Amino acid sequence: MSKVVSIEEAAGALESGMTVGIGGWGSRRKPMALVRAILRSPVTDLTVVTYGGPDVGLLCAAGKVRRLVTAFVTMDSVPLEPHFRQARQSGSIELTEYDEGMFMFGLYAAAHRLPFLPTPAGLGSDVLKVNPELKTIRSPYEDGRELVAVPALTMDVALVHMNRADARGNAQYLGPDPYMDDLFAKAADRTYVSCERLVDTADFAKEGPVQSLLISRSQVAGVVETPNGAHFTDCAPDHGRDEAFQKFYARSAADPGEWAAFQDRFLSGDEAAYQDAVRVWQEESR
Amino acid sequence: MSTTPRDTTGTVTRAEVCATACADLFRGDGEIVAAAVAGFVPMLGSRLARATFEPDLLTTDGGPALSAEPVPLGAAAATAEGWLPFRDHLWLVLNGRRHVVMGPSQIDAHGNTNISCIGDWERPQRQLLGVRGGPGNTLLNTTSYWVPKHSARVFTAKVDMVSGVGWDRGAHEIRAVVSNLAVLDFDTPDRRMRLRSVHPGVTADDVVAATGFELAVPDEVPETRLPDEKELRVMREVLDPKGLREREVPA
Repeated sequence: MSKVVSIEEAAGALESGMTVGIGGWGSRRKPMALVRAILRSPVTDLTVVTYGGPDVGLLCAAGKVRRLVTAFVTMDSVPLEPHFRQARQSGSIELTEYDEGMFMFGLYAAAHRLPFLPTPAGLGSDVLKVNPELKTIRSPYEDGRELVAVPALTMDVALVHMNRADARGNAQYLGPDPYMDDLFAKAADRTYVSCERLVDTADFAKEGPVQSLLISRSQVAGVVETPNGAHFTDCAPDHGRDEAFQKFYARSAADPGEWAAFQDRFLSGDEAAYQDAVRVWQEESR
Repeated sequence: MSTTPRDTTGTVTRAEVCATACADLFRGDGEIVAAAVAGFVPMLGSRLARATFEPDLLTTDGGPALSAEPVPLGAAAATAEGWLPFRDHLWLVLNGRRHVVMGPSQIDAHGNTNISCIGDWERPQRQLLGVRGGPGNTLLNTTSYWVPKHSARVFTAKVDMVSGVGWDRGAHEIRAVVSNLAVLDFDTPDRRMRLRSVHPGVTADDVVAATGFELAVPDEVPETRLPDEKELRVMREVLDPKGLREREVPA
């Protein structure tokens, strides 16, 4: 049975106040087309759970985020995200800040319907101070070790971008790193997968081994075909990061006047308009 | 014993001294992953160590490939000997066979560090990266630091948010700090930071003046060693022919 939906239908699954997980990592294989669709939608007051990149910046700039749960926000080649910085410095978002490993354990716990998973990571640091709700637990065995009980990062909806998917929702990554996208898919009540290209199930084997089939249709509510849908983040091997555009984004984001012009040029229409505007920009800056 | 010939010594750059000092961080580490994520200089250092005196080290190509050979800065691994995607990297933190080099925005006398934000966490003056893997790295793995611009803003009496735990908060091992001026360690009875060596052309007073807390300074402070002839050749001709190391160290 086909689960293919439009990008607006996928973004339409979100309701204000929901907790939304976003796959990828930093500026790598982010479901940016879905994020752009959220920007066009009326939803707000979201709790966003992610290893943050420009997805976080865009959502913060649009005032969609009430709380962010993360270990970092970075664009990798541009270390700091201007919109995220502004949101934090103006106090417009709340933050739950975890160690990267703690965050992963929260995903594993949610993906496997456990209330928490124990890890020593976080002990001794100010992560416990700024998250007073976090509790520790003592090993019941002879070691008696104290560990952080990282609560499950449960989420209403997860959004991930993959290289290939079939119409039933099976999805394949072809790059060097799966990131945590399968965990996001399992942790959420409903997961939407965008992909560079929809393929027939039989065609998965042409491009990658069976181990590249990261996400099972049993975890997926909807599939969207969005070519270049991770732009401007990395989506190897289909396309690398658009470093020039990312720099342009970062520069624009750091200045209110330039940001207004950026929004007007790239974010005022639908996804096709965005891709067209990017192509024109790329030709102009060549 | 130095094998550096006199005519080469004169041309060694500060960045090359720093990269060699970063290589020395890994001395004796054996068959563990060198996770030098803080910049070109420590990345070059880890690969230099592997190419010379620590051949069993595992190094990456900056991505998830564990490279079969130490690869030049910016190059992809021609041959991978292993795969270390982020999820496995995070499990490896718990496993422990790892020595990480991070870049602190602030570091105090006991090696507590901050990469999260400057000012009050609730409403920071300057938001930085977030804690990233700092808490787990420092609690569970050997950790060192690279500071390309040694100043009292970085070397501060109190960090605004402890993202990496120091010796007084249960760190596994904060081995050393390499800066553009000096090498610093914690080889004191109470694990306070100590000046181990100054780079050629730098005095102990220079380092004290650029440090915002009281540094343990021995009566005799040696100079940081120079790279030997082989190390220089490997850096210049093999691992960093484009000289990326020079961009990271202020002249």
